Amino acid sequence: MAELNTGDGGGGKGGKVRSKKQNSKVDLTAMVDLAFLLITFFMLTTSLSKPQAMDLSLPDKDPKTDEVPTKVDENRTMTVMLGADNKITYYMGLLATPKVGPKDIAYGKDGIRKELLTQKKAVLAYSTALGKPKNGIIVIIKPTKKSNYRNLVDILDEMAISGVETYAIVPEFSPEETKLIDKK
Amino acid sequence: MAKIKMKKKSTSTDMTAMCDVAFLLLTFFILTATAKVPEALPVDMPSSVAQSKLPDTDLAIITIGKGADGKSKVFFDLKGREIRKKTLEGMGAKYGVTFSEDDKTKFALMDDFGVPLTNLKQIIDMKAADRTKANQPGIPIDSLDNQLKDWLLVSRRASIDLDDKELKIAIKGDAKEQYPQIKKIMDILQDQKINSFNLVTGTRGKDF
Repeated sequence: MAELNTGDGGGGKGGKVRSKKQNSKVDLTAMVDLAFLLITFFMLTTSLSKPQAMDLSLPDKDPKTDEVPTKVDENRTMTVMLGADNKITYYMGLLATPKVGPKDIAYGKDGIRKELLTQKKAVLAYSTALGKPKNGIIVIIKPTKKSNYRNLVDILDEMAISGVETYAIVPEFSPEETKLIDKK
Repeated sequence: MAKIKMKKKSTSTDMTAMCDVAFLLLTFFILTATAKVPEALPVDMPSSVAQSKLPDTDLAIITIGKGADGKSKVFFDLKGREIRKKTLEGMGAKYGVTFSEDDKTKFALMDDFGVPLTNLKQIIDMKAADRTKANQPGIPIDSLDNQLKDWLLVSRRASIDLDDKELKIAIKGDAKEQYPQIKKIMDILQDQKINSFNLVTGTRGKDF
């Protein structure tokens, strides 16, 4: 225990003066309680206060004019349009001749993620059949003017969760696509 | 009958060692903790499963959110004292506003701000508690008066001059902010050939 040595240093020349023995033990329970409370507080607040960061790389804005735009197999593309009120409309392939969709779907585990994983598998099977198993799905994300920042981060997050490596954010809409969204 | 005397055991345990450890840890956590300062523009960040943390230095944060008056505002924050000083110097030279040495020191210790450069001096002169209440109007980002572009340009240059490092840019947007507003910021970044940046998000629960 924390004991303080309070013995008098060899005094007592004449008569024996006996100093009263004091209980030098201090009760530390309350102090320890307080210390642990504070430790808990600081531990929890320090680790949680640092925000997460999501990396986002965009393609060059003005590409070189002499570059020929790469043609992509439409069977591999999935277009995801982020609409108002947290809604997603998606289709596979070209809008004129879609392989799947256009369908409305919700965010989250049972909505877009399920679909993404299904389509990813389908595209992979298709590419493997063609002898190019490295060609995965290409997701084109089209955020409308009515979508908000949360929608964008959510869909980028879904890409990270479902392991889609190729995706692009393209805020351009064909007239047909605009019609499709405005219909809602 | 012989009385069996129970040996009296002391109920108090020795807590000195425990106390020592507790206070050692406490000191450690207090010293490592960074004091959370109230933000000038509080935003509700969307959450994601991203695991990487934001760096502490060489970072510029652009905050986009709605102020108390319901308008969309853009705030700017730089991490690192030296780079802040140098950036303020550069901006002052560019816009013809002179800042004293005292202003620069104060600016280096400040956090995010959202005022046109001409009003920055007033914000610098305020007390920290008043800055959050000052209802700052945001940094102009119109095509006529795009000060955010200049802030970015000057701070990036300062970062290269000081540490020979490219400044990292992070966008911290409010979850409810409309996409065109975010797009505007991304366009400003892309105009300067910044094609890779961070989005600041919160942490999502495990079972998402």
